[in-house]
Amino acid sequence: MPQASSSAAPERYMISVDGLRLLIEALRARGRRVVAPVVADGAIIYDDIDSLELPRGVTDEQEAGRYKLAQRGDDAYFGYAVGPHSWKKFLHKPALRLWRAERKGDEVTVEAGRIEPQNYAFLGVRACELKAIAIQDRVLMGGDYVDPHYKAQRDGAFIVAVNCGKAGGTCFCVSMEAGPKVTQGFDLALTELISQAAHEFLVEVGSPAGAELLAELPRRPATREDTGAAQAVVEHTAASMGRHMPQEDVPALLMRNLQHPRWQEVAQRCLSCANCTMVCPTCFCTTVEDHNDLAGVESSRTRRWDSCFTMDYSYIHGGSVRPTVLSRYRQWMTHKLATWHEQFGTYGCVGCGRCITWCPVGIDITEETQAIAASEKA
Amino acid sequence: METRKPRLAVWKFASCDGCQLSLLDCEDELLAIAGAVQIAYFPEATRGEVRGVYDLSLVEGSITTPHDVERIHEVRRRSKTLVSIGACATAGGIQALRNFADVREYMSLVYAHPEYIRTLETSTAISENVHVDFELRGCPINKSQLIDVVSAFLAGRRPNTPTHSVCIQCKLKGNVCVMVAKATPCLGPVTHEGCGALCPSYDRGCYGCFGPKETPNAPSLSGWFASMGMDSKALQRIYRTFNAHAEPFRKESERHDAQDRKG
Ligand code: SF4
Ligand code: SF4
Ligand code: SF4
Ligand code: SF4
Repeated sequence: MPQASSSAAPERYMISVDGLRLLIEALRARGRRVVAPVVADGAIIYDDIDSLELPRGVTDEQEAGRYKLAQRGDDAYFGYAVGPHSWKKFLHKPALRLWRAERKGDEVTVEAGRIEPQNYAFLGVRACELKAIAIQDRVLMGGDYVDPHYKAQRDGAFIVAVNCGKAGGTCFCVSMEAGPKVTQGFDLALTELISQAAHEFLVEVGSPAGAELLAELPRRPATREDTGAAQAVVEHTAASMGRHMPQEDVPALLMRNLQHPRWQEVAQRCLSCANCTMVCPTCFCTTVEDHNDLAGVESSRTRRWDSCFTMDYSYIHGGSVRPTVLSRYRQWMTHKLATWHEQFGTYGCVGCGRCITWCPVGIDITEETQAIAASEKA
Repeated sequence: METRKPRLAVWKFASCDGCQLSLLDCEDELLAIAGAVQIAYFPEATRGEVRGVYDLSLVEGSITTPHDVERIHEVRRRSKTLVSIGACATAGGIQALRNFADVREYMSLVYAHPEYIRTLETSTAISENVHVDFELRGCPINKSQLIDVVSAFLAGRRPNTPTHSVCIQCKLKGNVCVMVAKATPCLGPVTHEGCGALCPSYDRGCYGCFGPKETPNAPSLSGWFASMGMDSKALQRIYRTFNAHAEPFRKESERHDAQDRKG
């Protein structure tokens, strides 16, 4: 549904906190499953909401291998960075059944896995996440082979994006040119503006469906002051990134350093636990598992997320192609930052920082890249 | 045409019976199992004993006595496929804590007449004594994995028992990592999946019930635990549970033991 923004003057409006609630309720009234950030289990995750159940006045403190919720001291609804979940969970499901077969006498019937479009509306999608969705669109439905499961959830998903008002401690979207300002791929985009006088959201329209929905909400046109304030929000966020990539041709840097001693060093710390690939919003790899019942009457094939950190991932006749943790860490990092270009024409990383925060031993993709870059300068 | 049903046997060595009971606990599937195989030897479930050769032997328990050693060789001779089930059978179990101690001293403390006791110095995994075709991990095993192993055997396919970390399962479930978000030490990153990330799903760190995963890196995880405030005594202990004798855990606990003694 989201389309490239037209060249006509952008439409900008202001809605109140109540307007945000009405927006959620209008999406619900259209039969949509609204998914948004909510506080659960000590983190901000993505889950279904019915009304304004967003985290209020909550923020997150993120560092390599550490995540903590804290109070902000205001009533902001979007005053945090991205958490452990990503929208991949809904579009490219962690596990699903591909088919099931049943034998009746000599007859075998095969039934394809059911595809049930959920009619999603995603609320609170950040710039890096929009970029990640665009990257997965390219991978999973942009070539000759289209993943029908992904496409069924992706087509028609309504996206309410949010411009980030706070950079997380592990964010580096600026280095990856993926944020913090949302530019395309949304139906509506919000910027939260809190002042002494008011708590409002500047709304930008990104699609006809977005315009149609906004027309239902109480709103006023944005003033120049409002637009200026919204711009200041993203500028401030852009200036306070927690992390940076070296300012050079990173793909070339990594590809000419495939034998660098730093890989050895990081392999000493890496647990090959695969958390980084699981939380990464662009990692798309899956594996399949076959099942059968004891009576030999029913069988099925399921699919689930896999990771290049497992031994099974590169298993071919005779063993794993990447038996060492060094080779697996290098595969992951060079895929994200270098070989993805050859494969899909973009980076495979949007600088969301999840792999840094959620690595149980705090391994940092920016620090690893910086270390290799610095060694060339020494 | 009626084909002969594969004959299944369940054998017990030093163990608590918990893994065998997981099989009995498969209420819904038990009839299907009984329909698919001939249960030829299963002391927990039946008294009828059948001699001869077994197509599939499930072996529970570890080897702790000279008699066990003889018997496991006999079981191996009678079994076409031998699958060891549970932490005792795959790693020596909790009773392998004796491997770190002086068994004779223990015996004199525990038994009035230690001279009647015939035991080995160590508790070992089945695979350390005879060839094992497949190992099903866990303390206790996961019953759906057990059913999967039996159905895989019947269909001639590979069982779905991935050897990767508990973390992958934890993430598939959408759990928030207890290590990162709660600073709760968790063995998930070095532990073999199989439990469905049970403990992290209930806000606890993983205890390592399924033993070391493929290519585990315990020293790195221990280093992180130490930075969270664990001392070498505590570090030694977390690796000395049901899978204490599994090599990566054994080496790691011994490393911290040595450090602790040095002080
Ligand atoms: S590689 Fe890391 S920072 Fe980059 S998109 Fe993936 S999780 Fe985010
Ligand atoms: S980094 Fe690994 S898991 Fe992620 S997309 Fe690349 S190969 Fe797949
Ligand atoms: S980099 Fe971190 S999260 Fe990724 S596999 Fe290694 S230890 Fe796990
Ligand atoms: S809670 Fe434990 S098992 Fe789950 S991801 Fe974190 S470290 Fe891994």
